[in-house]
Amino acid sequence: MRYVLKKTATMLITLLAVSLFLFVSFQLISGDPATRMLGTGATPERLEALREELGLNDALLVRYVRWLASFVRGDPGISYVYRQPVASLLGAKIPVTLALALMSFALTCLVGFPAGLYTAKYAGSALDRIVMVLNQAIMAVPPFFAGILISWAFGTVLRLFSPGAYVSYETSVPRFLGYLVFPSIALALPRAAQLAKLLRGAILEESGKNYARTAYSRGNNTDGVLFGHLLKNAFLPVLTFLGMSLANLLAGSLIVESIFNIPGISSILLSSIGNRDYPVILAAVMWIAVFIIAINLLVDILYAVLDPRIDGE
Amino acid sequence: MRMKQTRRNPLAFIDTLPNPKLFRMGALITAAIVLLVLIGLVWMPYEPTAMSADQMQGISASHLLGTDKMGRDILSRVMYGSRITLVVALGTMVIGAGLGVLIGAATGFYGGMADEIVMRIMDGLFAFPNVLLALVVVSLLGSSTVHMIWALGIAFIPSFTRVVRSEYIRCKHLDYVKNARLQGASDARVIFVHILPNVSGVLLSNLMIGFNNAVLAEAGLSFLGIGSQPPYASLGQMISDAQAYFFEVPTAVLGPGLVIVLLVLSFSLMGEGLRSAAKELD
Repeated sequence: MRYVLKKTATMLITLLAVSLFLFVSFQLISGDPATRMLGTGATPERLEALREELGLNDALLVRYVRWLASFVRGDPGISYVYRQPVASLLGAKIPVTLALALMSFALTCLVGFPAGLYTAKYAGSALDRIVMVLNQAIMAVPPFFAGILISWAFGTVLRLFSPGAYVSYETSVPRFLGYLVFPSIALALPRAAQLAKLLRGAILEESGKNYARTAYSRGNNTDGVLFGHLLKNAFLPVLTFLGMSLANLLAGSLIVESIFNIPGISSILLSSIGNRDYPVILAAVMWIAVFIIAINLLVDILYAVLDPRIDGE
Repeated sequence: MRMKQTRRNPLAFIDTLPNPKLFRMGALITAAIVLLVLIGLVWMPYEPTAMSADQMQGISASHLLGTDKMGRDILSRVMYGSRITLVVALGTMVIGAGLGVLIGAATGFYGGMADEIVMRIMDGLFAFPNVLLALVVVSLLGSSTVHMIWALGIAFIPSFTRVVRSEYIRCKHLDYVKNARLQGASDARVIFVHILPNVSGVLLSNLMIGFNNAVLAEAGLSFLGIGSQPPYASLGQMISDAQAYFFEVPTAVLGPGLVIVLLVLSFSLMGEGLRSAAKELD
């Protein structure tokens, strides 16, 4: 329990540090927002009035605390370009990106775990070799390349889905999820291959240890040793990988979204980078950071659940 | 007494590796791509940015991989784009591995409070996907190849720091280090002359993995239009531009795509060849 509290405290400190770092670097680089919003032709009086209204004349730390407070309340400022609250620009898009990342994560597990377990159990067999070679190849295919090939093969040739005909989750949740299947496959493939390889390696390493031999000597069969003894220990390195995967899938979905015309945060984040629309970039990055740091906390807690020794330290 | 000089095959070391077959396969593919890039330095079939009226041509004798929507020769653009990818990946490794080794060596060797603080920062940095970190840097500094190399380089520091640090913690209490100390070796000498060579094996396999991740990150970022700016070719950008007419000119997507796949595959094959765990793959 102390471990969980300690990790939660570390997480909050990390979040504060990340938010301070991001806010200050964006403030230092972004120049004067009032000039950005009114244009260079604005009179000094109007600029000054807007600066006062936006609170830009306060000290940096004061502005940081104010921004953080409003970010926590779900209102991280106003876009320079669209003149709309950032929350309304990003709010509807974040669930889309999250859904894509989570669906890819589910697919990664669904394919990676059975493949890893099977190849570990029958290590050295013909199928094991074939899967391991395939793995090596799949790991080398970047998701956007896989995405284009999938979109062409399953969309244009086989007509299993229509690329570009995105359905909003507000219209129909099942059809929304249905549209995400193929993008998720593109995103999940290399991860699933990595997972299978990692799990296979971890199980094989555990299988050489003394406790595995002892388990056999007590009359367990292969499945009994594998599922009853090896898997729990082999799962620890896999857990770290899964946590990082979820974070990377989130970043990867930014890339895949643009291929399949999915209106997640990718398009607005990229156009904001092009327009130097800093409030939007800052908010989007900060939301992703919160998500990633929360995943890390979850992984740490799961670690302690699986390996109670950690809590005692 | 002078040692007897014998001429040795410089590639003989391959046979001593855990898996020479895989390493040779990977090295061969890498050599082919490097050759393509080196040829591109002195000669390319066409200027990679030169547009022509021959738009969206298929494979022909004058355009081996066809032309894109603006009539630019795809082979020349692949050659140029591969160069950018290699430069970014190598630059990323120089920055990431260079700083990573220095920080890892210092924190692992000295430990203490500074080690704690630096490693917490590294943990925070490590948690962030490298693509996201590069996006932040580019949005702050503007889009260019150099900014991308720095962004990715910094993103790769923690992975090297972690490995090198744990190796230094393991090595610093070993007998050979004590021995060197007794002979009066300075800290710097112990760190760089005595311990570093013993870390090189671990470092090498991490470089292979890191290089691949850098190639994939560069490809993904340039696909999003970040990094090397048009009209100059980058592999990701080419794929992004050509996906709309994939059906008409498949080579415009497949050409740059296959270079990325082969480059990553070749390095992971070499990495497998170096791995001591012979139970992997064979």
